[in-house]
Amino acid sequence: MTAHVEAPEVKSGAAGAKKFPGWDSRKYNYYEPKGRKATHYEDMTVDVQPDPERYLLQNWIISFADGTPTYSKKWTKLQSSDWHKFRAPDQEWERTHYQRQSTIEGMIKNVVDNARKQGAPTRFDPRWVKILQDHLGAYKHAEYGLGKAIMHAQRYGYTQMINNAILTNSSYKLRFSQDLTLYLSEIGMDLQVFDATAGKTHWMEDPIWQGTREATETIMGADDYLEQYFAANVVFEPMVGELFRSGFIMQMAAAQNDFSTPAVVSAAEADYEQNLANTVELFHLLADDPEHGEANRTVMEGWLEKHGALCVKAANQLQPLWSQPRVKVAQFTDAFAAASNRVKAICEEIGIKVPDATSAS
Amino acid sequence: MPDGLTLNKIIAQKGISIGEAARRVADLGWTPTYVQEAMTFPTDYKITKAPKDPMKQVLRSYFPMQEEKDNRVYGALDAALRGDMFRNVEPRWVEWMKLFLAIIPFPEISAARSMAMVGRLAPGDDLRTGFTMQMVDEFRHSTIQMNLKKWYMENYIDPAGFDITEAAFGKCYATSIGRQFGEAFVTGDAITAANVYLTVVAETAFTNTLFVAMPSEAARNGDYALPTVFLSVQSDESRHIGNGHSLLMSILKEPDNHQLLERDLKYAFWQNHAIVDAAIGTIIEYGTTNRDKNKESYAELWHRWIFEDYYRTYMLPLEKYGIKIHHDDVHEAFDRIVKKNYVHKVAQFFSAGWWANFWRIEAMTERDFEWFEHKYPGWYDEFGAWWENYAKLSKPGNPPITFVDTGYVYPHRCWSNLVPCLIREDIVVDEVDGEIYTYGHEVDRWTHKVAFQGEYQGRPTPAMGRFSGHREWESMYHGWDLADAIKDMGFVRSDGKTLIAQPHLSFDEKDMWTLDHVRGYEIKSPLITLRGMTPEQRDAHIADYKKGFKVHKI
Repeated sequence: MTAHVEAPEVKSGAAGAKKFPGWDSRKYNYYEPKGRKATHYEDMTVDVQPDPERYLLQNWIISFADGTPTYSKKWTKLQSSDWHKFRAPDQEWERTHYQRQSTIEGMIKNVVDNARKQGAPTRFDPRWVKILQDHLGAYKHAEYGLGKAIMHAQRYGYTQMINNAILTNSSYKLRFSQDLTLYLSEIGMDLQVFDATAGKTHWMEDPIWQGTREATETIMGADDYLEQYFAANVVFEPMVGELFRSGFIMQMAAAQNDFSTPAVVSAAEADYEQNLANTVELFHLLADDPEHGEANRTVMEGWLEKHGALCVKAANQLQPLWSQPRVKVAQFTDAFAAASNRVKAICEEIGIKVPDATSAS
Repeated sequence: MPDGLTLNKIIAQKGISIGEAARRVADLGWTPTYVQEAMTFPTDYKITKAPKDPMKQVLRSYFPMQEEKDNRVYGALDAALRGDMFRNVEPRWVEWMKLFLAIIPFPEISAARSMAMVGRLAPGDDLRTGFTMQMVDEFRHSTIQMNLKKWYMENYIDPAGFDITEAAFGKCYATSIGRQFGEAFVTGDAITAANVYLTVVAETAFTNTLFVAMPSEAARNGDYALPTVFLSVQSDESRHIGNGHSLLMSILKEPDNHQLLERDLKYAFWQNHAIVDAAIGTIIEYGTTNRDKNKESYAELWHRWIFEDYYRTYMLPLEKYGIKIHHDDVHEAFDRIVKKNYVHKVAQFFSAGWWANFWRIEAMTERDFEWFEHKYPGWYDEFGAWWENYAKLSKPGNPPITFVDTGYVYPHRCWSNLVPCLIREDIVVDEVDGEIYTYGHEVDRWTHKVAFQGEYQGRPTPAMGRFSGHREWESMYHGWDLADAIKDMGFVRSDGKTLIAQPHLSFDEKDMWTLDHVRGYEIKSPLITLRGMTPEQRDAHIADYKKGFKVHKI
């Protein structure tokens, strides 16, 4: 005969310690993932900003004085049959955002520290130093202005997915404007003649930069948040931002004995690729919307015409820069052609027509 | 190597000072001349003095610092799993996380959005980096909290409730109280919302109970994840407090603003008290199994963090700028917690409506009674019978406690803060724009009728927000059967019939309530009922309501 020993009940709060209805429901089940399985980004992002179409039983409970609710579809001229469809291709949530931003800052620090340690700035061509001082110094304000505009835009989107993509875009632009500011300040310390304040003077007064400033201020002053997001990434970035960063600074620098500036500026090019992917995905969805696609394309084409004209003017005003370096290894016409082609390619991806204005100087 | 020489010293290069770096970064701004920025989120405040940046940090150091903080958080979560945290965690505690973590990511991301509003209103660019960091911080908080919630869902014994979290946030009577908190950060007058309500009051005062006191209680219940995440979150708050204070100092410079600031401090302090103390007080006092008599009660924590730390060292010094501080409201809030049992009444209400929840609440036991009586003398006399009844009725087959004659009277709801009017003698009824409303306290009535209007003390306030939407949850289901309402909210487990909410922590299927157990009971809206009364009936009803009730043992 064997004694029956009753095993004490295991007290545990761990998954699987007991089986009962719902014990294995271990996935967020309130939204449709875009792909076969929900991504971590989707789990962190989707439906955190609710709305009456999705679960908001009691509707928004505070409004602005004119009756506009906490979030409103009327904050953009674009319309959507399903604002919730958008997922950011870059899949950023806080952890990936900090990892990426921190990696960039680390990369820039390594490059700049090493360049300075080797005395690299003192070997930059003197004319190039003046260009960095005056014109890269001016351009940093454009990045800052776009960062501010996009920071403002992240309040208005109808879903969390849209607003978070705009938020990270703003974070990237503002970081880059500071990267440039600190980089110029630091190499300035190694140079006998360098005026860190000259850039702002050129930004405010130099005719070369007035078109860019007007284009930037027009984006900052737009009262439609998606117009701001569109104008920044579909128009300004390829026509002016990339044109200057890639078509001028990055192509010219090596020939002026400068290896560090292209490395610093390259971060913005990579940022833009990521922001552009998000932008194209959103505006393609809206251009392709089964109910509102046609009206949306008309609105976007209007924005393209408005901001395109300003950015073409801005790009053309930058043309004298290509003549300033001592060693001329790049041509404005090539850079401008590349910018025009870039705009065309982006618009084709979105599904909108490109006005002639962006392709002729 | 000579003494004192380190690798850092060898490779260090001359750099610009932090102050100089911050100054140059602030100089990125300029006054536009081609196109002016529209004031799309209006305020009635005037701000002419540019706020200064007290932190003087630049993004170059911010991002690596935050990444390092993240690494510690995620490393700790991994370690908690390797250490089998969930084997020893207290389910009583984790159940309340279903409510808390359903609410908090929305206020967090709303705070990110609000940086767009203050960023444009604040003149100058000194504080822009501060606003930028706060925007990204809040994005961090929202998504790190969604991650923590997912982690609980994957590893805790009962994931039901975590799995529907954002849907539940939109449906539940309790989460809409949290939504009032979050929407208040981003809607209406931009300074009222994004500066006074969010930073000056919520972040500076109440994050201490939210993100410091609550994690301590989590640790006492075997939950090391919440302290890891939330203390990391709280470490960002000092930046936000600095932003808020700096902008506040700019606001104070204009004497015209003082009237509005007094209004907003009154509204924001009172509503933060009503909402945060209801939720966090309940979670700390009723979500714990730790009954160490040496630890501080919520009332004691409140006195330390809100009364001593915030009221005495932050609010009172504002008087020297000529700002009238509503001392009586602060004292009254404390009295409500200590003498009027506000937190206990909220916990009682949450348990009275347990079937409408998406988390479990278990009955308090003798051990709990002893602690409550020690910390809040007289507690047992007022609440003991309630919890004994609750335990008695916790198994299916009984009627839901709400519909049993225990003496408990289902409460009216406060139109301002959405918490029910639980301190019965304080209920106020008033008419606004021809409609009857109920309020938990005179300050709540003032908030709706006086503060949230287009005119304040004879002064136009065109930017001030309005209360809107279906603010009383019960009116959405007035006349509905309980079972149908629960099904409509989606608070049912994957078998399609077992309720997510349970009035106990038994994980045996036989103990779990299903839709059939709650069918046949009707939800009634106290407000619709009140509005349907004649003025005489209404007066009599409210007089009776103010008398309160006594719960008797069944």
